[in-house]
Amino acid sequence: MKRGNILANLDWATVLLYLIMVVLGWLNIYSATFSERSAELFDFSQRHGKQFLWILAAIIIAIAILIIDHKFYDFFAYGFYSLAIILLLLVLIIGKEINGAQSWIIIGGVQIQPSELAKPAVAIALARYLSGYNLKIDQLKTYITAGIIIFTPALLILLQPDTGSALVFFVFILVAFREGFSVSLLLILIALIVLFLLSLIFEKIILLTIILSLGVLILGLITKNYKRVILTILILVGSFLLIFGVNFLSGWGQSMIRIMILSLTVSAFVFLILVFSYRLRKSAFILGFTTIAIFYVFAVDFVFENVLDPYQQRRINIVLGLESDPQGAGYNLAQSKIAIGSGGFFGKGFLNGTQTKLNFVPEQSTDFIFCTVGEEWGFAGSVVVILLFVALLLRLVQLAERQRYKFARIYGYGVFSVLFFHFFVNIAMTIGLFPVVGIPLPFFSYGGSSLWAFTILLFIFLKLDASRMEHIN
Amino acid sequence: MNPYADRKYIIIILILISAFLFIVKLFLMQVVDDQYKLSAESNSRRDVIIYPARGLVYDRNGAILVSNQAAYDIMVVPRQMVSMDTAEFCEVLGIEKQDFIERINKAKDYSYYAPSVFMKQVSAEISSVFSEKLFLYQGFYLQSRTLRKYPKNIASHVLGYVGEVNKSIVENSDYYVSGDYIGISGIEKTYEDILRGEKGHKYFLVDVHNRITGQWESGKYDEQALLGTDIILTIDNELQEYGEKLMSAFSGSIVAIEPQTGEILSLVSAPSYPPDLLVGRGLSENFKKLAGDTLNPVFNRAVAASYPPGSTFKIINGLIALEEKVLTPYSEYSCNMGYYYRGIHVGCHSHDSPLDFEGAVQNSCNAYFCNVLRNILEDKKFQRTDSAFSNWKTHVESFGFGNRLGTDVSGELKGFVPSTSYYNRYYGSGHWNFLTVLSLSIGQGELGITPLQMANMSATLANRGHYFVPHLIKAFGNDKKIDPKYKEKHSTTIDSTLFELAVNGMDLVVNGAKGSTARIAKMNDIVICGKTGTAENPFGEDHSIFIAFAPKDDPQIAIAVYVENVGFGASWAAPIASLMIEKYLTKELTRSWLESYILNGPQKIKKEEE
Repeated sequence: MKRGNILANLDWATVLLYLIMVVLGWLNIYSATFSERSAELFDFSQRHGKQFLWILAAIIIAIAILIIDHKFYDFFAYGFYSLAIILLLLVLIIGKEINGAQSWIIIGGVQIQPSELAKPAVAIALARYLSGYNLKIDQLKTYITAGIIIFTPALLILLQPDTGSALVFFVFILVAFREGFSVSLLLILIALIVLFLLSLIFEKIILLTIILSLGVLILGLITKNYKRVILTILILVGSFLLIFGVNFLSGWGQSMIRIMILSLTVSAFVFLILVFSYRLRKSAFILGFTTIAIFYVFAVDFVFENVLDPYQQRRINIVLGLESDPQGAGYNLAQSKIAIGSGGFFGKGFLNGTQTKLNFVPEQSTDFIFCTVGEEWGFAGSVVVILLFVALLLRLVQLAERQRYKFARIYGYGVFSVLFFHFFVNIAMTIGLFPVVGIPLPFFSYGGSSLWAFTILLFIFLKLDASRMEHIN
Repeated sequence: MNPYADRKYIIIILILISAFLFIVKLFLMQVVDDQYKLSAESNSRRDVIIYPARGLVYDRNGAILVSNQAAYDIMVVPRQMVSMDTAEFCEVLGIEKQDFIERINKAKDYSYYAPSVFMKQVSAEISSVFSEKLFLYQGFYLQSRTLRKYPKNIASHVLGYVGEVNKSIVENSDYYVSGDYIGISGIEKTYEDILRGEKGHKYFLVDVHNRITGQWESGKYDEQALLGTDIILTIDNELQEYGEKLMSAFSGSIVAIEPQTGEILSLVSAPSYPPDLLVGRGLSENFKKLAGDTLNPVFNRAVAASYPPGSTFKIINGLIALEEKVLTPYSEYSCNMGYYYRGIHVGCHSHDSPLDFEGAVQNSCNAYFCNVLRNILEDKKFQRTDSAFSNWKTHVESFGFGNRLGTDVSGELKGFVPSTSYYNRYYGSGHWNFLTVLSLSIGQGELGITPLQMANMSATLANRGHYFVPHLIKAFGNDKKIDPKYKEKHSTTIDSTLFELAVNGMDLVVNGAKGSTARIAKMNDIVICGKTGTAENPFGEDHSIFIAFAPKDDPQIAIAVYVENVGFGASWAAPIASLMIEKYLTKELTRSWLESYILNGPQKIKKEEE
């Protein structure tokens, strides 16, 4: 590997993934905004035409980033961060209100969204701070400082108010986690909040499945005894199949949720016997937690229905996006699911989607762009898009881990975290696994600011990665 | 090596779990579950708005004044259209090919994918033929609407009309969308929220052949429409119809009120128009025609025209003077063909002289009431004319003049009662006295009173000193609870015992011997109390005015009649009022000569004179 030759050292696999996604995104925006009267591919009054310009600009930005010396990013990390904070303050004063949130600044005819730029800014500032010499990671002071770096922009964005964008900053906890923050306390806290929300949003069956899977997963990770993990899964699946079979054959007519609860009870008995007979402390601990989590889920439901007043329930539902929509709770979501669901295995074909074109799906070229993918390219196309993201995310973890320079690694995880959060929340909301939170799908959604922000985020990291050999000494 | 490097595995697992979760969920949605694609391809959702029928409107006796008729809007989704027999299509709908093309282009401009109205309010006959052929015309469908229907075709000013919402209503409301109907005037406007009900939505799945294949999401998102609530009005349809008939040769207004309740029995504004002119597709064209008419038939004179009350107002001045004890019922003033003071002359007609209060009302003596106003404004209790005048104004306003009564008849005006500051502005403070405002004594000058206020004055006299805000609403469906403000008794500032004197005077106006001004209004077995008025009018002939109530001792009806530009109050307004009272109280008419005199109107007489 040659030093200083950016073309030779650049991670072309990532660049290729980036280009594929941007182009696919553009095609889908074209389809989402397509109509017989605006079929021109480069009609710059249309969104697809504008997106083409945004893409060109993004590529220029990417090249500029790659040319600038890599030390610049480390050196100016706090400067960049301060700039982002200033813009976020400015937008509250002179910002333009769109869709009820004051989140845009217009500079010379170009609209920019400071909340998008805040994402790379936080990633870079956090990396700079956590990579500092003599930093003791497991100290209260470190926690607080990192917290301030992460949540100051989040707070300012919340004032706009743009809850979706503000939520993104929570994902930097992942970076802190990778860097060795003690997680148990944090995790329990987060788990309780998340579980509370999840139990209001999801059906019990899905939630129970998730809790059990996580329980088994943690069991495996902590005990590192894979036999035991397999045994646990066997017990769970076995008891489930047993109860299910009995129910099916005897015509007992129990609901799925009852079958699951019954099989859990059976499994719990088996575990109890095993735990006592083999003195398995760690396993007992995890199983205890899993059981508590399951009880908690049912308790939340009970509290929500019986303790809270209807208006309090409504407020929570609105916060969760379950009641925000004037056309009736879940309208957007239902529309989005219909669009995706009607796609079938191979989809309706490029430009042939009907649901997305009937303007049933709001924000179909921005936050709900995945609807167009799902409807026109079907299951096959959706899986390809998901796998593209998986490939990119895995590659980013790999790249981050190979950094010798701590700053670069932490920054890499920052990039990964932001992309992962957007990928997860955006797709989850369009297919109804998550409440509707207005955040874009990276590289796919229409919009200059978000595309540029993701490009900046990614290419700074690629630049750092390409320059990693210069830190050998 | 970094001590926490192991944690990367957790992160990798997180990615894989997420992807796995998504793929499973997508597989279930897109491949396994087919609730989203009942017929394999191109399912569309169709939002059919369910327009509830507006509430019906009844009169006080249960006769239907407003009902509904069915009509259909033809909707089109341009994207779903296929080639079809356009000629036949146009023939069914009775339109030209060029018209067809324009309508389609308009729809395309609006949206390729969303439905828009192709043709509005097609009759039930055409739409039934059209619906049989609907399968040939993919992309088109029918949406049912209801239009208003007026079985009696009367009371257009009371009822008002219903029309499409305009842009500003749509922008300022979260209920109305473009194409909705809304009450634009009359009770349709006042009681819009009650009459309209709530729109509903039904969501259907439609296949490529434009056929409904089922409910969307099994009707989970459907919203039931709520029918509009019927309302019952205080109007008596027979009296209303008769009033409109009597006024057919005139411009002006009749308002009749039930004094004990304030219920409006009839409210006529002439010239009028049949309400069914402003329905459906003819609405905008007919409205333009009506609005362009020089006699302004859409203008509701009963509440929106402000006239001088003329001599009817003398009663009010008399009552104020009695209340302020600047006049006794036995005070007499002489009249020698008018009132003379410092070079000012107010003329009067020939009658006995001197007269007391009752006689002055009976004869409508101008000189007497000039003295009355002078007494009021030169009252020793008050230091200055200003304060005496303010006191007078307070009394006048207690009759409901100079302010909106708060009725539910739409478009009500305040009228005008001048204030001290009004005259101060004109003449300067201290530079005016009773002579300056002398014309107020006989109900002329700056006073502006609506026919509704005049009828209310009549009801106040009938009630001997109090009134209820005149209103049209009697009940909402079976719910008799109307706005409590209509049940609230408003008392005037005049002692109620004084009213008996005024009422006796009004009795003499109709039933007295020599000098009575309105003997033409006399009925044989019912005692009508009334007061004539003749308002001078700089633009033409005098207005003819009459207020009345009957029977004297148990008033069932109080009425005000205002006829523009036809001369003396006794000539036209008084007989009209008398006929209306007879119609309401006896349900039959015995004076056909009087009726035909009115129906022929002044034009006929003039012609005969020539």
